[in-house]
Amino acid sequence: MIAVVDYGAGNVISVQRALEHLGRECVVTGDPAAVESAERAIVPGVGHFGATSALAATGLRKAIEHRIAERTPVLGICLGMQWLFEASDEDPGLPGLGAFPGRCRAFPAPAKSPQVGWDQLEISAGSRLLRGLPSGTYAYFTHGYYAPLVGETVASCDHGAPHTAVVERGNLFGTQFHPEKSGDAGLAMLENFCSC
Amino acid sequence: MLTKRIIACLDVDGGRVVKGISFRDLVDAGDPVELACRHSDSGADEIVLLDISATRGGRATALEVVRRAGRELFIPFTVGGGIASLAQAAAVIGAGADKVAMNSAALADPQLIEAVAARFGSQAVVVAVDAKRRPGGGWGVWSAGGTQPTGRDALEWVKEAEDRGAGEILLTSMDCDGRRAGFDCVLTARVAEALRTPVIASGGAGGAEHFGAVFREGHADAALAASIFHYGIESLEYLKRFLDSLGIPVRLPC
Repeated sequence: MIAVVDYGAGNVISVQRALEHLGRECVVTGDPAAVESAERAIVPGVGHFGATSALAATGLRKAIEHRIAERTPVLGICLGMQWLFEASDEDPGLPGLGAFPGRCRAFPAPAKSPQVGWDQLEISAGSRLLRGLPSGTYAYFTHGYYAPLVGETVASCDHGAPHTAVVERGNLFGTQFHPEKSGDAGLAMLENFCSC
Repeated sequence: MLTKRIIACLDVDGGRVVKGISFRDLVDAGDPVELACRHSDSGADEIVLLDISATRGGRATALEVVRRAGRELFIPFTVGGGIASLAQAAAVIGAGADKVAMNSAALADPQLIEAVAARFGSQAVVVAVDAKRRPGGGWGVWSAGGTQPTGRDALEWVKEAEDRGAGEILLTSMDCDGRRAGFDCVLTARVAEALRTPVIASGGAGGAEHFGAVFREGHADAALAASIFHYGIESLEYLKRFLDSLGIPVRLPC
């Protein structure tokens, strides 16, 4: 069973439908106990970084931290990935999880913002999430803030600034783009996550 | 590099796809979900479902179509038509849409843009603008499916929409729509240059060269078309290969 963490920040339904399409059992839940008992967890999210404050307020943050420490596979998507970093200029006072170093920043002018659309992944390191997918694979992005390149960055893009597209350490994964909206390539990544 | 998007638009009336010429003379062209999946398979980067009957007839957006699309489509899709309140936007997003497009309701109550952006994020908010050349120069904004002049200036309105939290502008040239003689590249360029928000050009697509022009001269971030895809005049794969040959970044292979 995969827990799709619902903290009121959108896109849980499309993640759920993609998992169902892959024949994977999942539950959309805001209950920390359900996260604690799941085999895998996905932290989706779209919108403002401030929305992640609900994770700490509801006890979900503790549950997710605990599962990461236990090496349960966890995937953060879009805002859920940015939350894995230390902070974001979008809501400077609000701490992220800090699983990866650095803070998220707004795209510098004159780059179009938000970045909306399909960009090609430059895959720079071996990745279990991206297994079977070549560098140059297209993925669908929609974000106004970006995460920096870090040691655990395994794929990047450049839109006004180079930024992390996929970050990975052990069983902890994050994608800035939406695999559930990235066609067959995105479904392949979710399948990789479900079978890691 | 971020690619230029090709968006297939399905005008839906009573749960069926139709396409008007200059918003009139509708012809039935099939099941929306089936068509959307066909477009996705052949390389569309996004789908827009516009319930064109909703604003005028006061009908609610066909949520069942949205639910079916959400189960079968794994590329982004936007739903518009008849979304007049935060509750209606929430219902459409709750049914599986990634974005809502708002037009007349945003003109009537611009705070609706802020309300939906605050709840679902700007990436979920597309403000659709129907613009028509004014005899004295510039472009005016029309509402209610292009039937009512609002007296508003298009460039001022798109800027206001961006400031209020629109994540994208879907810009339709009423002068060009349905004529298959090309997009309004001048209008598109003026709007694209005025905004940081991505601009989707719409109205007038009739051939691959029109898409090339609206990306190069119109500086559009995306271009939308409906009827040319439905009737097989142009395939998406051909279109993308053509754009690639011009050096315009597109998602390949389809």
